[in-house]
Amino acid sequence: MTREEIRAVVVEELKRVAPELDPAALDPDALVRDQVEMDSLDLLNFLTAIHRRLGIDIPERDYGELATLTRIEAYLAGRLAAAHS
Amino acid sequence: MSTEFRMPSLGADMEAGTLVHWLKAPGDRVRRGEGVAVVETQKGAIEVEIFTDGILDRQLVAPGTTVPVGTPLALIRDGGEEPAAPSLPPSAPLRATPGARRLAAARKLDLAGIAGSGPGGAVTEHDVEAAPPVPRRAAPAPPALDLAAMRQAMAAAMARAKREIPHYYLTATLDLGRARAWLGAANQARPPERRLLMAALLVKAAALAVRRSPEMNGAFLDGAFRPGAAIHVGFAVAVRGGGLVAPALHDADKGTLDELMAGLRDVAARARAGTLRSSELADPTITVTSLGDGGAEAVLPIITPPQVAVLGFGRETVRPWVVAGAVAARPTVVAALAGDHRVSDGHRGSRLLAEIDRLLQRPEEL
Repeated sequence: MTREEIRAVVVEELKRVAPELDPAALDPDALVRDQVEMDSLDLLNFLTAIHRRLGIDIPERDYGELATLTRIEAYLAGRLAAAHS
Repeated sequence: MSTEFRMPSLGADMEAGTLVHWLKAPGDRVRRGEGVAVVETQKGAIEVEIFTDGILDRQLVAPGTTVPVGTPLALIRDGGEEPAAPSLPPSAPLRATPGARRLAAARKLDLAGIAGSGPGGAVTEHDVEAAPPVPRRAAPAPPALDLAAMRQAMAAAMARAKREIPHYYLTATLDLGRARAWLGAANQARPPERRLLMAALLVKAAALAVRRSPEMNGAFLDGAFRPGAAIHVGFAVAVRGGGLVAPALHDADKGTLDELMAGLRDVAARARAGTLRSSELADPTITVTSLGDGGAEAVLPIITPPQVAVLGFGRETVRPWVVAGAVAARPTVVAALAGDHRVSDGHRGSRLLAEIDRLLQRPEEL
């Protein structure tokens, strides 16, 4: 899976929990929480969707890795590569 | 013998509702607790449940019609009886002028799907003229949430609360160290779809604590307090764009944390989609609001009439806290109680907050 494909899945699922989100306006290096209004239940729904679509189960201790879009992508790419090696 | 299935009251300030569509047709068997019709209210589209078993005999109100609370919507007969009339009887009171019927037939429109503006809600020729050209018997989509109407309904309830209920407020800062540690360990082995949120622990602790404070659970109606027969926690859910609704988590004190969490996710999703059930809006005996991660450190909530108490939890915050004589950094939360002075007082309320604190120190027992 390429980084672009991962990003597409992430943005699609972010938009599902926050339908008002404009993906074009999303700054990949700014904090997601400043750009997308999500409560803890939204975050859980997002993680559930990522688990379902990519097979990656993000544990609570890694929530800190999910600060920006770029970091989410890097984290997921790393986990996917580890799963396939 | 037949009974009437009526437009329910889904909140102190609801006066009327609009029937959106029927979930059951004449001749269908209906069971207690089943959704029979979808009604549009200020809190979104609500699935109205029935409280008897039987067979739907006749529909008395056509989709698109707005009727006052208490209006019979359908007749339900006992299971063993013969039908009083064949399904969709000609006597079904679908009011329309002869001109409207002719025009609807010519345009292949279903009169039942057109809102009537004539006397008694009758469909007029003008209504048919104005109706969009939809195919007959097209399944109506649930209406989108009207956030302005939702805000209005909430404002009306809150204005009434401030006018009628002599509120008192209490706050306590609670140590969540044990609860957070227990939650972290419990969630470690769980995939995201089965993880628990702190909100589930707070609701469970509140519901269990309320068992010992029955004067916080129930309704104040006609000048008297009526204790709730069960503990149905209305859980406040924010709807994107600015709505707020607090559907019931039924018997919140009885189920496991997993069941409570599943219920919480379910009502939150349906509150946001506008597909709550009538019992969820009508049944809460106490409300809990939890601001969660992005919230302020404390909330002093307003009681939803006719309830007599509401608990508010602020954002979980790490604060310096004294543990065994030494200062430590601990996750904490400010719990606030708004109570009704007609039923309880600050002394009783303090006991409720103390009991919640005690329960949160034993998260494994929740």
